[in-house]
Amino acid sequence: MSHASIDTGVDRRAFVAGLLHSCPQALVITGLGSSAYDVFAAGDRDENFYLWGAMGGAAGVGLGLALAQSRRSVLVITGDGEQLMGLGMLATIGAQQPDNLSIIVLDNGHFGETGMQRSHTSLGTDLAAVARACSFRNVVEIGDMGQIEALARTVNARGGCTLAKVQVRADELPRALPPRDGVYVKNRLRAALGFAPF
Amino acid sequence: MDSVIESSASWQEEIFTILKAGGVQQVAYVPDAGHAHVIRRINADPDMRGVVLTTEQEGIATVCGAWLGGQRSVLLMQSSGVGNCINMLSLIQNCRFPFLCLVTMRGEWAEFNPWQVPMAKATQSSLESMGVTVLRANTPEEVAPTVSAGLDAAFLGGEAVAVLLSQSLIGRKKWEASK
Repeated sequence: MSHASIDTGVDRRAFVAGLLHSCPQALVITGLGSSAYDVFAAGDRDENFYLWGAMGGAAGVGLGLALAQSRRSVLVITGDGEQLMGLGMLATIGAQQPDNLSIIVLDNGHFGETGMQRSHTSLGTDLAAVARACSFRNVVEIGDMGQIEALARTVNARGGCTLAKVQVRADELPRALPPRDGVYVKNRLRAALGFAPF
Repeated sequence: MDSVIESSASWQEEIFTILKAGGVQQVAYVPDAGHAHVIRRINADPDMRGVVLTTEQEGIATVCGAWLGGQRSVLLMQSSGVGNCINMLSLIQNCRFPFLCLVTMRGEWAEFNPWQVPMAKATQSSLESMGVTVLRANTPEEVAPTVSAGLDAAFLGGEAVAVLLSQSLIGRKKWEASK
């Protein structure tokens, strides 16, 4: 099934909680909006970095972090709209081939934060196909919760850059708001890695 | 090796030396002729990682990610790319990431291509409007001290700095075979 629709797919919050539970060592970057809420709702931790803006930037932050921390799994958890704004970043990641970077796109085919307008992924764009075309080593398409453990093994193995397109229902869930102070989330992630502020 | 560029590259080699000595490990770039020497040196250095971008705003994000992970990273672009970065610079400002960007200018000195001019005129004010401190080097002698000052301001002082490298450093671009 290539087009996400409103009613099909997994519960995004349960999926994210399950994946993070199985990737306890991962450094996590979120896109803005619902994916940040999903990650925060699964439990705040120092190793999480939440974007509240800079749309299109989540995968780029993930790439810089993955290159700097090659012994850690880096998980970017974002939505289809956010990734579409950084589509070129998939080519940039493909050129670098970071073994420890996984992009998890929670694809509901819609811009959830702004009134559920349809996005390109429900109008013909397949982000898994884009990732394959950009030479991602592992491209996974997920439509049920039973695939979480296999995906977590891939993330934890750090055996090649990965994109998982996760078909999620276009639900509007209660917001769970992570910290908005960027300096704080930056410095606490660095502290968790043993680095001083500057 | 391009002997023409090599022979004119002393200030460019100085830039590479400053980045290397400054512990910069990731360099993100959209290429420009003025950065060509530095990009070649970085990509040949086993301790440095060149990250070629499809658009300059990606580099704002990657340098922030590098800092999160404990590495210094610098962004190279030409002036036309500054406009592509505007909203992404909110990442630098909100989180107060150290930031050093080297910008080769087009559209300001003996420019043949008028399409480079509008963004050249807006380069400094665009950066400043997003909270980036702008330094400028107009002569070969000014390049090393200015880049070095920018690097210290960024990674020791936590500042966001762009160094504009004048188009006069690079010289006239040859558009036609000489007659």
